[in-house]
Amino acid sequence: MKRPLWIILLTLLFTALTGSVALAQEPQPTPSDDAVNAIAKELFCPVCENTPLDVCPTEACKQWRALIRQQLAEGKTKDEIQRYFVVQYGARVLSEPPREGLNWLIYVVPPVLFVIGAGILFSVFRSWKKPLPEIAQPEADTPQPGGDDNYIKSLEAELRKRD
Amino acid sequence: MIADFGFGILVITFIVSIYGIIAAIYGVTSKTQKWIESARLAMLLTFPLLTAASLSLVYLLVNNHYEVRFVYEVTSRSMPLYLKITAWWGGQSGSLLFWSWLMSAFASAVTLRKWDRDREFLPWVIVVSLLTMTFFLSLNLFFENPFAQLWQTVSGIAAYTFKPQDAILFTPKDGQGLNPLLRHPGMIIHPPMLYLGFVAYVIPFAFAIAALITGRTDDRWIRITRRWSLVAWLFLSLGLVLGGRWAYDVLGWGGYWAWDPVEIAAFMPWLTGTAFLHSVMIQEKRGMLKHWNMLLVILTYSLVLFGTFLTRSGVLSSVHSFAQSAIGPAFFVFIGFTILSSTALLIYRWHELQGETQMTSMLSREALFLLNNLLFMGILVVCFWGVIYPLISELFTGQKVTVGPPYYERATGPLFAGLVLLMGIAPLSAWGHSTIKTLGRAAWKPALAAALTLAAVLVWFAVQSPEQFSNPYIPYAVVGTLFVAITTYITVYEVWRAARARAKATQEIFPLALWRLAGRNRRRYGGYVIHLGVVLMAMGIIGIEMFQTETQRSMAVGDEVAIAGYTVRYDSLSQFPYEDGRWVTRAQVSIFRDGQLIGTLAPRYDLYPDGQPMTIPGVRSTMADDLYVLLINWEGVTADIAPFKIYHNPLVNWMWLGSFIFIIGTMVAAWPDKDPEYQSARERRKAVATSAVD
Amino acid sequence: MTENTPNAETPKKGVPTWVQVVIWIVLLSLLGLVGLGLRRAQQPVVAIGSPLQDFTLTLFKGYEYQGADSVKLSDLRGKVVVINVWASWCKPCEAEAPFLQEAWEYYEPSGQVVFLGVDYVDTEPEARASLEKFNITYPNGPDLGTRISQLLNRNMGVPETYMVDADGVLRYIKIGPFASTGEILTAINPLLP
Repeated sequence: MKRPLWIILLTLLFTALTGSVALAQEPQPTPSDDAVNAIAKELFCPVCENTPLDVCPTEACKQWRALIRQQLAEGKTKDEIQRYFVVQYGARVLSEPPREGLNWLIYVVPPVLFVIGAGILFSVFRSWKKPLPEIAQPEADTPQPGGDDNYIKSLEAELRKRD
Repeated sequence: MIADFGFGILVITFIVSIYGIIAAIYGVTSKTQKWIESARLAMLLTFPLLTAASLSLVYLLVNNHYEVRFVYEVTSRSMPLYLKITAWWGGQSGSLLFWSWLMSAFASAVTLRKWDRDREFLPWVIVVSLLTMTFFLSLNLFFENPFAQLWQTVSGIAAYTFKPQDAILFTPKDGQGLNPLLRHPGMIIHPPMLYLGFVAYVIPFAFAIAALITGRTDDRWIRITRRWSLVAWLFLSLGLVLGGRWAYDVLGWGGYWAWDPVEIAAFMPWLTGTAFLHSVMIQEKRGMLKHWNMLLVILTYSLVLFGTFLTRSGVLSSVHSFAQSAIGPAFFVFIGFTILSSTALLIYRWHELQGETQMTSMLSREALFLLNNLLFMGILVVCFWGVIYPLISELFTGQKVTVGPPYYERATGPLFAGLVLLMGIAPLSAWGHSTIKTLGRAAWKPALAAALTLAAVLVWFAVQSPEQFSNPYIPYAVVGTLFVAITTYITVYEVWRAARARAKATQEIFPLALWRLAGRNRRRYGGYVIHLGVVLMAMGIIGIEMFQTETQRSMAVGDEVAIAGYTVRYDSLSQFPYEDGRWVTRAQVSIFRDGQLIGTLAPRYDLYPDGQPMTIPGVRSTMADDLYVLLINWEGVTADIAPFKIYHNPLVNWMWLGSFIFIIGTMVAAWPDKDPEYQSARERRKAVATSAVD
Repeated sequence: MTENTPNAETPKKGVPTWVQVVIWIVLLSLLGLVGLGLRRAQQPVVAIGSPLQDFTLTLFKGYEYQGADSVKLSDLRGKVVVINVWASWCKPCEAEAPFLQEAWEYYEPSGQVVFLGVDYVDTEPEARASLEKFNITYPNGPDLGTRISQLLNRNMGVPETYMVDADGVLRYIKIGPFASTGEILTAINPLLP
């Protein structure tokens, strides 16, 4: 059962090896892998969801990385390459929606809700009755670094009560 | 045979659950105790029944019964025994059964408690739990039957629950086997932990609903479910951490968290759950915020359901998704029902949920806790909106968009930073009343120490590696580190002061005093430990997120590449088959620092018989940094030239260590107390008013 | 999803009506949204029998349709339109390419059928090499911004073929590759007037 599978795999690997050795002998393309990855990192694979292009193992993504390399070699900037990708494959290749039209919703709604929340919180604070300083019991207060004695006294009281 | 038995048991459990719901409701309306008792027994009966059904499934999995479709899909002969067992939750239908089983375990455990003082809650807790369970069982029965068998008919082979006419059972020789990515130890325990966390939130929710329905809206429900919500939170945190570790070890992109919609779906209930753990203390100590706590529990449970729905319905596509499935609409209806009915109940009881104490200043601990809640809700809104927006865009403009890490990082970064700072300051403030002066007096020493530490770190960097200052993230890193340092010092100082005071007062030696002090107030000191874990994690996250560097190079044997002070040399490549059928391609690289050999790594990729590759990094891990070397098969590996991708991840181990401490802290806080909850709420509150340490 | 902090200053009061209205509207619209998304996820493919939404296909260099370098679907009324979505990185597409070309050569003289090749998320050099390799002569162009494929199928998986009749109504869908030229002919013939 296993043997034939190994043989198939071996032959596959062998063909892969001989096939790509020829490729490997070609001179290294000018833009480095790092230069390509720096751009690919911020682009998303158009076919596999939520996978950045620099770590996407599919054949299609390999082609896209080659495309980035080619465009870099042609002297295109990062912005130009990104724009090319958007025109070709749609806005979903960007790691964030472009700031236009309906997409503004995503940038505006969370801050607006947060401000509303903060407003509600503030009005709740204001609605709380403020304790008068003399009503506030000092012993219920936070321990004060300057007054360790006080602190120890109350702690002792607490410990006695609990024991 | 066993498959039919398992299915039969599922049907019986389903009927028993429905009976339990009806009996409980009838018992309440007719005020007959025996019907409620009967419902309670029905609830308890579901656990042995589901255990039997689960054991049947495990039996089928372990014994290679490939005529059962689920077994065929998730196991194969070459898989070891433990993987065959854990394949139980490796696919949609099995994991739904697993979910029901856990749920019945939790619900049964809670049903077994003493109900003397809370008789009126019992039937409604049963109703809510059984309703949820009935729903999950119905998914198993009508859409995703784990016991469906493969039948050969004239029109081909298909899976059916019952034998179709003129069909013969079809038994494949071997199964397809579990997805290799799921064969990692992290993946074996990550889903059950997450499920445990999800399922355990049913209990607080059930009690909250019971409190709303019965109108008994004092904080009794909170006292009963406090530990449950802590346990649920523990498992959820553990699930998230293990998921991150799995990604780091197996997925081969040098990270642990990708802001993927499904990750976020599991993170959202954690956010509201954390907010709840804090705000619930305000209700316990001060009798305030009753509405808010109800809302948080309902929200948490809704998000649990929503997250499960997202993962399983195919609404969002993601690496984590289960295959497209028919359960989507049913799930949608159930979520809609849960959210709408609990909201309606909450609005109906709103006026009965009034707070008791009102004397509070804006710097009191209540206020700071509410600020903490605001920040958590802010993060939640960012996450929720980021997950939901692609749906909106697709529906209204027809354009698919990606909402990726930059959006989340920019929006949540400041909120997380605020939380870290608050984590230091809030424990200093007193319930009811604090002023700038009292806070300042308690905080100035640690703050000064933090500033000095930061200065020392900056000087060290200026001397050691001044090139780091060109990093655009430096300002954020400085603020982040300052906040982390302040919070760390305040927390440690607080614990130390209290322990020293106790040591003085009781004449105990310091470590013993610390131990006893923590033992007496586990929730507070467990909380401190959790906070220390979080600051460690924060430091690790600052390190890897802001200072990660990477390089990629196709290297011939003997070639070297330099990264972050290290030199990596490619030594050799070997290829060999492994006993379970995968084909391993393994590279050997040497790591040098300052010309000295400091270790070798063996990054590799495994090719599974089904053609699925898996990239396993070679990692040199220290507290200072990780050197994470990938042999990237996707660029084509040959005997002469092998492409490597190398990440330098500073401080990432602080994050793992921090999460470990975090979990320990949660366990300390959640450990059962000796004293039961028999002290009344009011007594406690009085005790608190005169207490200095709590 | 708003931070609905409780308001402590109103003793013994319920939720004001307008707040209730806002809550229900927000909840229901969120649920509606998810529901619509779910429906789309469950039925990702455009329905047979419905008129297909119009689109314009910009053609690759070297391709033209009646002298123009782009084709608009609505301009093709009166003809059967065969829309084949493919990509150079897709192996099954290569398998069916000769069949498609053969079928096109069969129908081209009659002028009753138009074939359109829609190149789905592909890189231009590879796509053109592939077209050259199989001598594809029918109009072919990139699916710019994935607009066309999204109209057809939300979860596009190449190759897929869609056939529109003379009235612009979608009549036939093939997910996956054709196995022979005959299969293509049998699909087209019933649509001819």
